[in-house]
Amino acid sequence: MSSSRPMRMRAAVQDGVTEVRVLMSHPMETGHRRDASGAPIPAHFITDFTATHKGRIVLSAQLGPAISADPYLAFRFKGGASGDTVVLSWIDNRGEQQRDEVQIR
Amino acid sequence: MNHQRRRALKAGGGLGIYGLLAATGLLGPDLARADADRRLFAATSLREVLAVLGVGRPDDSGDIDIGAADIAENGALVPVSVTSALPATEQIVLAVEKNPNMVAAVFTFPEGTLPEVHTRLKMAETSDVYALVRAGGRLYAARKEVRVTLGGCIA
Repeated sequence: MSSSRPMRMRAAVQDGVTEVRVLMSHPMETGHRRDASGAPIPAHFITDFTATHKGRIVLSAQLGPAISADPYLAFRFKGGASGDTVVLSWIDNRGEQQRDEVQIR
Repeated sequence: MNHQRRRALKAGGGLGIYGLLAATGLLGPDLARADADRRLFAATSLREVLAVLGVGRPDDSGDIDIGAADIAENGALVPVSVTSALPATEQIVLAVEKNPNMVAAVFTFPEGTLPEVHTRLKMAETSDVYALVRAGGRLYAARKEVRVTLGGCIA
């Protein structure tokens, strides 16, 4: 059983717009590759990502294995304030989940 | 549930429902992708992608900006951004024409979120990158060629 690792996140507000940058830790295996012995490496990738602020979704994304390993996302939303919490979560094709919180600077 | 999910995807706002279900643990791994999503991410041609999205030919739009280098040295890590200046942008689909499966990601923007996103893609080879933008109930498209020096080990 592998357990997922926390995301690295930053959220900063400027002029009423909050920018969120997140780096997820995940292999994002396509399922097309083979290991050294020639055995196929099974697909293993994040399928869904959600960001919420004060209980409201500010971004949802569906990802495929063509997103690079350790997926990076950056986006901006209006209305965050310094000290607010943004909740980020993902789930992968095996049902593993990760949920982290970041405070807006 | 599949039916609900498909309807939600078409409405362009369904990912929230997913997030809710995922958060409450109602979705197992086998349900991680409902039918329409599975078909979208399995599509191997632009025609298939558009068929799953339920639209005909999108309009080319100069209001969509794809930010990517003309030449990417490492196809495993190609920084790409998409910014839409189209009013009422709801969704951005990012796709790479020559990848085994075209669709890389679908981003849904609730009101209040700026219609732009930055991420990093794998690219198997030199290819057009497409941004399909759903705005005001219509679909618009832009593309940009990115030359890849070293493929992204995707095939």
